[in-house]
Amino acid sequence: MQVPAPFEYERASSVSEAIALRERLGEEARFVAGGHSLLPMMKLRLATPEYLIDINDCTELFYINEEAEEIRIGAMTRHRELLESELLAQHFPIFRDAEQVIADPVVRNRGTLGGSLCQADPSEDLSAVCAALDASCVIASTSGERVVPMGDFHVGPYETAVGPAEMLTEIRLPLRPNGSSAYHKVERRAGDWAVVSAGAAVWMTGDGAIADGRVGLAAVGPNTTNIEPVRQALQGSAPSEDLYEQVGAIAAEHCSPVTDQRGTAEYKTHLAKELTKRALRTAVARVTSTTNGAMTNGAG
Amino acid sequence: MQVNIVINGQEVTEEIEPRMLLVHFIRDQAGLTGTHWGCDTSNCGTCVVLIDGEPVKSCTTLAAMTSGHQVTTVEGMEVDGVLDPVQEGFMQCHGLQCGFCTPGMMLTARALLDQNPDPSEHEIREAISGQICRCTGYSSIVRSIRWAAENGTPVSLEGASS
Repeated sequence: MQVPAPFEYERASSVSEAIALRERLGEEARFVAGGHSLLPMMKLRLATPEYLIDINDCTELFYINEEAEEIRIGAMTRHRELLESELLAQHFPIFRDAEQVIADPVVRNRGTLGGSLCQADPSEDLSAVCAALDASCVIASTSGERVVPMGDFHVGPYETAVGPAEMLTEIRLPLRPNGSSAYHKVERRAGDWAVVSAGAAVWMTGDGAIADGRVGLAAVGPNTTNIEPVRQALQGSAPSEDLYEQVGAIAAEHCSPVTDQRGTAEYKTHLAKELTKRALRTAVARVTSTTNGAMTNGAG
Repeated sequence: MQVNIVINGQEVTEEIEPRMLLVHFIRDQAGLTGTHWGCDTSNCGTCVVLIDGEPVKSCTTLAAMTSGHQVTTVEGMEVDGVLDPVQEGFMQCHGLQCGFCTPGMMLTARALLDQNPDPSEHEIREAISGQICRCTGYSSIVRSIRWAAENGTPVSLEGASS
């Protein structure tokens, strides 16, 4: 029987209460959101916090809002809401692509965006999604808020920029014109972790070149959620199969997968290249179809 | 710590350790052994119960986190001797062989039909994709859920309309 080591349980009903508890209880306290990453680790005794602060009553953190220049998502927004959100699907189709293949529908009823990012598992999908979209994270403490770009959010595997008396409260996704995104994942069966996954986001210029583009990978080692040389190769280039091939190769070079029960390092490197190509191809095709759709509407 | 969980409409108040998982609370404290305890790793889904109407894996939920919420287990599906149409469907279409996955399958089916009364085979398969039938009897399970969609009005709704 797998049961967590003993701990004390606290429940916070607001962000200020949660942060005050965290400040009082210190480094041995952890927040529990959906619990579907943390509790399995506690059952295996890989995580042994002395205090758990349940933040499921922090209703102020459940939202997906459109602002003038960005979409803001509350950290407690559950996978199911991310999957079903028409607003997200319209601006960032990468979310629906990814959420359809994250865990399974029952787990998606509980797991949250903030929980996934804070778990910082290198095999977790939403970090790659948020990095591809150039997201930033709002981290709150008693002294106010700070905004950390996704590139600085992950300090290492299972480690984030969130300090012991801080809390991730919001994820911000910048709205930029002429862009789209896509996510491709290979998994052994429904609900399993990725063998490898790749997310891509591109923004195009008026004459059909790529103004900016990002690729994030999951399950191929640390520091792959945003591969800077990929971004450099994409900037200013015209989309083509040759470009996808070249960028796929760069992505594969920057991975360090390990051989495990899900596949050999060689197979995973192959997937990193192939899925990068597919994600870029889909993202670019989506920009083109949206632009054509807008022109048709304008003509009508 | 003290928790207070409403299980199938009945309040259950117990002193427990905070680390107690919901599946053990339901089986050992409330004495409702219809909820099965399987893989213990949130993979198999036999421990699925409804929390406030949504299917959740009770081996990966703390009883403490459920305090103040409503839980429905398989024992709560039948009302006054009348089976839920999902239960009837599993009988009519041989939706179980060994029966180990059945409570979780039926509760996920109930939640699916509450949201989508006429699901396609694909939608049913997607809904139960987080649950494993160790007898591999998925075709019969899908047929059972379709039977409930075609033939049943949930007991709870009948009660509400009368």
